[in-house]
Amino acid sequence: MTKRVKFTILHLISLVIGALIVVPIGFGVLGGFKDNGQLSTSPLGPPSPWVPSNYTDILASGIFWRQLANSTFIALATTVIVVGLSAMAAFVFARFTFRGREFLFTLFAIGLMFPFAVAILPLFILLRSFGLLDNPLGVILPQAAFGLPVTIIILRSFFRTIPAEIEESATIDGCSRLGFFWKILLPMARPAIATVSVLAIVASWNNFFLPLVVFNDPTWWTLPVGVQQFQGQYSSDTARVLAYVTLSMVPALAFYAVAERQLVGGLATGVTKG
Amino acid sequence: MVTRPALADERPPAQGFHDAEQAIDAPSRRRNRRPIGDRVAIALFLLPALILFTLLVLAPIVVAAYTSFFKWNGFVDVPLTFVGLDNFERLLADEVFRGDLKRGLIIIGLSLTTQLPMALGLAMLLNQPLRGRTVYRLLFFAPYVLSEVTTAVLFMIVFSPERGLVNYVLNGIGLAGLGTTWLADTSIVLYSLFFVISWKYFGFHMILYLAGRQNIPKELTEAATVDGANAWQVFRSVTLPLLGPTIRISVFLSTIGAIQLFDMVWVLTGGGPVHQSEVMAVTMFQVGFRRFEVGYASAISMAMFIISLVFALFYQRFVMRRDIEGAVTVMGGRR
Repeated sequence: MTKRVKFTILHLISLVIGALIVVPIGFGVLGGFKDNGQLSTSPLGPPSPWVPSNYTDILASGIFWRQLANSTFIALATTVIVVGLSAMAAFVFARFTFRGREFLFTLFAIGLMFPFAVAILPLFILLRSFGLLDNPLGVILPQAAFGLPVTIIILRSFFRTIPAEIEESATIDGCSRLGFFWKILLPMARPAIATVSVLAIVASWNNFFLPLVVFNDPTWWTLPVGVQQFQGQYSSDTARVLAYVTLSMVPALAFYAVAERQLVGGLATGVTKG
Repeated sequence: MVTRPALADERPPAQGFHDAEQAIDAPSRRRNRRPIGDRVAIALFLLPALILFTLLVLAPIVVAAYTSFFKWNGFVDVPLTFVGLDNFERLLADEVFRGDLKRGLIIIGLSLTTQLPMALGLAMLLNQPLRGRTVYRLLFFAPYVLSEVTTAVLFMIVFSPERGLVNYVLNGIGLAGLGTTWLADTSIVLYSLFFVISWKYFGFHMILYLAGRQNIPKELTEAATVDGANAWQVFRSVTLPLLGPTIRISVFLSTIGAIQLFDMVWVLTGGGPVHQSEVMAVTMFQVGFRRFEVGYASAISMAMFIISLVFALFYQRFVMRRDIEGAVTVMGGRR
């Protein structure tokens, strides 16, 4: 009996917290199907009648698709660069001994401490002098650079767990160290690679500060910048803004549904190893 | 392949931390054979990452440190008017910046006293054999994957006085008197902001605690129960101390996150009304990218950097020190 009471209470708490999360999101999703009059009189209830035009207008306009494509391209490019360079560096840190190794590794690890917000202004100045403003590389490269520390740390600790015997037998079979990296280490590290890739994609997808200052030209705007600008442009048309917000949430939530395990696992290991 | 069993006899497969160390040292014996090839490989593999990191992470810090000693509008190619420490003197006297520090401390204080304990409580809750807990866990963590911008725009509307959700709900349950302009009231805006931050991030901390909790061997809590401890005593004397390292990391991340907070504030309130929700990064953005006082904005960047660094060093030296030492022995089995 007491057990039953206890679990009822636990369920109640979970339901209340769940409602705190579902209600605002549901308000956004349904709000997009209302007109502004309906939003004022019944923000919580279902739309009556359903007004799909907010969604269909956005989906037909092309701006949303453009921003979706930009976000996707920038996230993928960032991920390829940061994971590629980190895998190479982590390989060296994990399986070579040389003077200065620990110093260099610590240098990267200290990079965890540099918040993006600190570097944004000088980064802007540097990117301007490199001519990388309004250029996707102006976002991709800094994102990759700031992603290096956590990616290297996670990959290095994974590479270290692969026994030396495997490398030795590969060498005996005539495999060079480079061949070992390509043909054996990387395939074995697939789960770790997936984890750091998911982390890099999410970080890039949600980045706002850097694309905000780098892209003046709307053709390169990513979804976060687009959402903010859309809100500014249509601030009095609340229902339309809600539709845009909802559409921008869809890819993130879909990705979460697919990659939940890598994301949660990656955060847990990334944090404890960092 | 003939030699493979012999090698395996010499040394069991790497399992623990020490074996991993040996695994690293093993290739070094071969270094003498191919020192040049190895050196080239090290350079080729390390340089791309090192160059990118130096140019785009380390160099900006140096540039910020340099420009913070100048008065510079950012338009001429190089800063020319050296002003020494003037920017920093101005910073210390700046009411807005001092307010930023105060508001940052309030956000950190609120996080540590409400958001993190709530996340811990929910992690303990979801550790119970509760039906549907996987669904709850997925749900609680979901806001973390939404961008701060999306979250901020959504809550800007949720909090809006006319078409908003909060006042409507308060009306509906007969608490119309509590309804207010959540984002326009100078005495409330900071707490509204904090609510949205917690909404987005409590699931992240909860996930960390859950992972930490699941690493605590069942035998320990069971032994305490057998010894007659009640649920609270088990939590207080067994679970909580063993969660120490996880909690300390979560506090660290929460604090660093508060120091560099930008997106959420910029989109939700822009720092207003009258600076009452402004934080350091927003002030820096206003000064540097809106008023083009790049030298002064660099000084704010440096202040943020120094605060983060001093906090991180202090925290790791005095608070997480034991964890790092302990980590080698306790977590050795899993490395």
